[in-house]
Amino acid sequence: MKSMADLIREHPFLAGLSDEYCELVAGCAKNVVFEPGSYIIREGQPAGQFHLLREGQVSLEVYAPRRGSIVLQTLGANDILGASWIVPPYRWTSDARAVERVRAFAFDATCLRGKCEADPALGYALMKRFVPIILQRVTAARMQSLDLYGASV
Amino acid sequence: MSGASTKLAPMPLRVLSSTRETADSMTLVLERPPGGSVGPGAPGQFNMLYPFGIGEAAISLSSDTADRFVHTIRGVGAVSDALGRLRPGDTLGVRGPFGNGWPMERARGRTLVLVAGGIGLAPLRPVIHAVLRDRSAYGKLFVFYGARSPRERLYVGELERWQAGGAMDLSVTVDFGDANWAGRVGFVTALLGHAQFDPAETLLMTCGPEVMMRAVANQMIGRGVAPGDVYVSLERNMKCAAGLCGHCQFGSIFICKDGPVFTYDRVEHLLRVREI
Repeated sequence: MKSMADLIREHPFLAGLSDEYCELVAGCAKNVVFEPGSYIIREGQPAGQFHLLREGQVSLEVYAPRRGSIVLQTLGANDILGASWIVPPYRWTSDARAVERVRAFAFDATCLRGKCEADPALGYALMKRFVPIILQRVTAARMQSLDLYGASV
Repeated sequence: MSGASTKLAPMPLRVLSSTRETADSMTLVLERPPGGSVGPGAPGQFNMLYPFGIGEAAISLSSDTADRFVHTIRGVGAVSDALGRLRPGDTLGVRGPFGNGWPMERARGRTLVLVAGGIGLAPLRPVIHAVLRDRSAYGKLFVFYGARSPRERLYVGELERWQAGGAMDLSVTVDFGDANWAGRVGFVTALLGHAQFDPAETLLMTCGPEVMMRAVANQMIGRGVAPGDVYVSLERNMKCAAGLCGHCQFGSIFICKDGPVFTYDRVEHLLRVREI
């Protein structure tokens, strides 16, 4: 049977992370499952964990009065869910809802932040993985907001 | 392509069918010119379509059927709106096919990544048809398609057949979902991240708004695809379509004659020049 460290090492987000660090972050991880329609995170709630998605689709949503829940973006297998756990005040800025049955690794945020503070090289290794994804998502969100296919751009 | 007459003088051709794709897009199927005087047209080539008395517009071939011309048109102005009003039996003027088309020969044996945005799926559709017709000649086929909304997807029935067919890895996303949409939401670049391909074996073809194509090209080059293996289809106002008038001049190149398909390394510097 595979250990948690073996399992998380297979996730693309952690590709290339040393065995030592995989063992270290595995100590903050557990397997979780979310049924379709259930909320994984809720806007405004403490960002107590982040997730590496293994299976299933997740929609990031915001609620607007008179419009209901608006889907900003969907995520799927191999994506990361949530960056608010890195940045004070550690509160989610959107909802995340399981569209399908979702399997994921959930990492305890306090545990992981503590290990990053204690070993900045681990923190840097994780940030090098987070920042390109966040940058890519910001760029994609800008493009999305341009409504490129609706206008003659 | 035959002689100068078919390049500069429109051929009158009948509309065989018109199908509404979205609220502002139509697919027109036109009869072929008689007598085999005009070639069938290759994926990525375009015709100049002329609704009589209105004007001409360059419209890509959106299917590679040899016995007819197929064009998908989005109504964005007087000419394209007039084309969208044509009905079976109506006649319009056609010149072409023009342009170089997608690199189908270079694509043989390679992994193909096609990235389309909005109406940009239309010029890539003949590539998909060609690959499906000769599937074993090509490697893996990834198709990433971004539309504005679920209702603004083109070729919905065909997308479903492609998805179910197993001959390609097709991903569709929309910028703005609706209550009935259970698919992906987000910009098309978000789909590219987890596609598994060997960059050295991969050839990218992308068509859509220029801003989108730049973002797609940069992301794929960042993953190791050579700029010379990244193909973009450019669009500028075309007039003669034969490299004579200069309306579509883009730096030192003419989009109509030298393109509309270019490798990214050839045009990247021009795409950064705001004045052209």
